[in-house]
Amino acid sequence: MKTKKILLGNEAIIKGALASGVSFVSGYPGCPSVEIGDEFGKIAKQYGVYAEWSTNEKTGLEASIGASFSGLRSLVNMKSFGINVASDSLLPLVYTGVKAGMVIVVADDPSCWSSAQSEQNSRAYAYLSHVPMLEPADPQECYDFTKLAYEISEEYKLPIILRTTTRVNHQKMPVEFDEVREFSAQGGPASGWKKGNFIKNPHQFSTMPPRVMEMKKELLEKIAKLKNAQFAQLNKVIKGKENKVGIITSGVSYLHIKEALQEMGLNLPILKLGFFYPLSEKQIKNFIKGFKKVLVVEELEGFLEKEILAIAKDINAKLEVFGKNVLPEIGELNSEKVAKAIAKVAGIKFTEFKFKPIDLPRRTARLCEGCPYWQVFPVLKRIAPEGTIFGGDIGCNMIGALPPHSMYDYLFDMGASLGISHGISKSTGQKIISIMGDATFFHSGMPALVNAVYNKSSPLFIILDNRITAMTGHQTNPGVGKTLMNDDSPELRVEEVAKACGVKNIKVLDQINVKEFEDTVKEFLEKDEISLIVCKRVCALWARRQAKK
Amino acid sequence: MEKTFNIILTGVGGQGIITLLSLINEAALIEGNQVRSSELHGLSQRGGSVEAHVRFGKEVFSPMVANGQADLIIATEATEGLREVARAGKQTKLLVNDYFLAFSDQISKDGVIAKLKNFKNELFLVPASQVCKDKLQNEIVCTVYLLGYASNKGILPLKKQSLWQAIKNIVPEKYQELNINALNLGYVD
Repeated sequence: MKTKKILLGNEAIIKGALASGVSFVSGYPGCPSVEIGDEFGKIAKQYGVYAEWSTNEKTGLEASIGASFSGLRSLVNMKSFGINVASDSLLPLVYTGVKAGMVIVVADDPSCWSSAQSEQNSRAYAYLSHVPMLEPADPQECYDFTKLAYEISEEYKLPIILRTTTRVNHQKMPVEFDEVREFSAQGGPASGWKKGNFIKNPHQFSTMPPRVMEMKKELLEKIAKLKNAQFAQLNKVIKGKENKVGIITSGVSYLHIKEALQEMGLNLPILKLGFFYPLSEKQIKNFIKGFKKVLVVEELEGFLEKEILAIAKDINAKLEVFGKNVLPEIGELNSEKVAKAIAKVAGIKFTEFKFKPIDLPRRTARLCEGCPYWQVFPVLKRIAPEGTIFGGDIGCNMIGALPPHSMYDYLFDMGASLGISHGISKSTGQKIISIMGDATFFHSGMPALVNAVYNKSSPLFIILDNRITAMTGHQTNPGVGKTLMNDDSPELRVEEVAKACGVKNIKVLDQINVKEFEDTVKEFLEKDEISLIVCKRVCALWARRQAKK
Repeated sequence: MEKTFNIILTGVGGQGIITLLSLINEAALIEGNQVRSSELHGLSQRGGSVEAHVRFGKEVFSPMVANGQADLIIATEATEGLREVARAGKQTKLLVNDYFLAFSDQISKDGVIAKLKNFKNELFLVPASQVCKDKLQNEIVCTVYLLGYASNKGILPLKKQSLWQAIKNIVPEKYQELNINALNLGYVD
C-alpha cells in the first residue's frame, strides 16, 4: 500500500531498506547519517531486523559482510569519514562481491556543518575500489534509489554505496513509499530477527592470490556490464527548449539548477546522473553531442567534469566544458552560486544579492549547562605546567577547541589525539595531555593506546567518560552496557582495557572532586611512562533526558 | 500557493527549531502545497546558531532559500534574528521573539533590538517566550506561539486549522494540549 508522508532523507532510506526486506543493519553514528541507525534501534524488533551500533565503521561494514554472506540483506550507515575507517574491508568486499544485497550509506558534509577533520568528497572511493555509487538528490530519491540499489546489488552481486550529502540526508519533503507490514504480520515470531544460513564457499569469500587476480577480472567485467546497462530511473534527461548550454549534474545540485533556471526564466536541457560510478558513457555521449557548451554542476572536486572532458574528446572535440572554472570547489552549492555559473556560461547578466554580514560575534557550539567537561578543561589549563601540549579528539570534547577553552594544540580524526601525542612524546619528551571521549576510545583509541604502551611514550591520557556517545545524540557504545536494540550487554570499562594493555598508572575519578583530579594530574604528569585518568561523570543532557522519561 | 513562500527559521541550538520546521511543513502539506525544507543537526545544535529553511508552494525545487528571497524570517532569539537580516530582501518580514540569550560581552539585548529596529524591513517583535512562560509555564512552545501569531497577522499564509491539524499529526499526544494552547495564545495577542 502506498503512503505519502513528509520524510527526512534518512527516514526515506530506512523506508527503502524496509521495503527491500533488509534484515541486518550496522554502522557507526555520525552526522548527517545518524538518524538511520537511531531509528532502526527503535523499530528493528518490530520489523524482524537486527540492528547494531558497531564499535567503528570497519567492524560495522564487516558485520554486514557476514550477514550478506549468510544470505541476509544488509544496510551499513556512516558519515563521510567512516568510509576511511571501513575502506580496508571495502576493497576486498568489492572483489568477492556480496551474496545477499548490501547498501552502504556514506553521508558527506560539504561546508563541514558537522564535520571537523576535512571537507571530504567520498565519491573518490568509487575510483579506488570500483564500488558502484548512486547519488540521490532528495528524500523521494533516497527511497527510490535505496530500493533500486538492493536490486542492482543482488543482480550484480556487488555492494552499492548510496552517497548522500547533508542537504539530502537532512532535507524533508513528502515521500511516496510502500508501508511494510510488521514482522509478526509477515509470519515471523513476536521478537527476534530473520536468520540467515552461511553456506561455505571459499572460492567466493576468500581473497588469496592467485584467485584474487581472477576476482579483479570478474569485478571489472561486472563494472563494464553495469556501465552499459540502462537505468532510466537513475540517469535521466530533462529536455529544454533552448540549446545554447547543456547542464550535467548529480545529487542535490540538480535541485539548485532547477531553482536557478526557474528564477532566471531559462529552459536548458539537463542530464541528471543518479549513477556516479560507473558512469554511463553512452548517455553522456548522446547528451553532449548536440552542444557547443556544457556546464557540469557538482559539489566539491570536479570528478564528473574530468570524466566528461575525456568523453568529449572522442565525440565532440570542439565542446567547451565548464565546471570548476565557474563554480567553487570549496563549500556546498546553492541556487545562487549555480545561477551565477549558468549566467557566465550562457553569457547572460546576473545580479548577485549583496550579502552584507551583520557585525556580530560568532555563536559557536558550547558545552551544555552542567556538562561534566566544565570541570575538566579549566582545571587542566590552570594546573598544567606552562608549555604543556594538549591533544583533542572527536566528539563533545571538540568543543574544548573553541573559546572560552581554546585549549587544543592539534585535533584530527577519531582516536588520533593519542596516536599523535605518542609521536610528539617520542620526538620531544615534552609534557603532553591527550584527551578523548569514551566512545572514541572504543572506536579507534585502543590501538593508539597499545602503540603508546608498546613503544614506550609518556603522555597523560585523559578519557572523558560521560557514559554515552553524546555529540551525535546519545548513542550506546561498549562502555554503556546496552546495545542499540536496548538489550543488556557486558559493560567494558576503559580502565580495565587499559590495564590489560599494560598501562600501570591508572586512576578512575569523578572530576567534581577537584582536589583529587588536580593531584592526580600533577602526579601523572611526572611519570616517564604513559598514564591514564578516567574522568567518569554522566553527560548532563543525557541525565536530564533520562530523568524526564 | 502559486508563488513559492520562503521562510528562514533561526535561533539557538536546543530552542526547538526543528519542531517548528516540521509543523510548518506539515501544515503546508495539509493545504495542498509542495514542500521542501532543509535543517542542520549535530555540532550546530549544541548551543550554537541554528538556521533552517522551509519552502512551500505549487512547485518547489531547492530545499534552501536563496539570499534575499525570504518572505519571512522567524527568529526564536533576537541576536540570531539580527544576524539573519543580512539575508533579508526588501519584501522580507521579520518575526522576532523578544528574547535574548547572552553569549558574548560584546553585545547587549538593547543594542541588538535597536539594530533590528534600524532596518527598513517590517518587524514584529513579540514577547513569545515571556507569554508562554507566564501563561503556560513552558518557554519551549514559544515557537508554536510565533506560528499562531504569524498566521493571525497574515504574514504566514497558513490557516489556523492547518496548524492545529499539524500539531495533532506530529506532536506526541501528551504535549498536544500544551502546543494547542500556545497556538491559541498566538492568535489572541
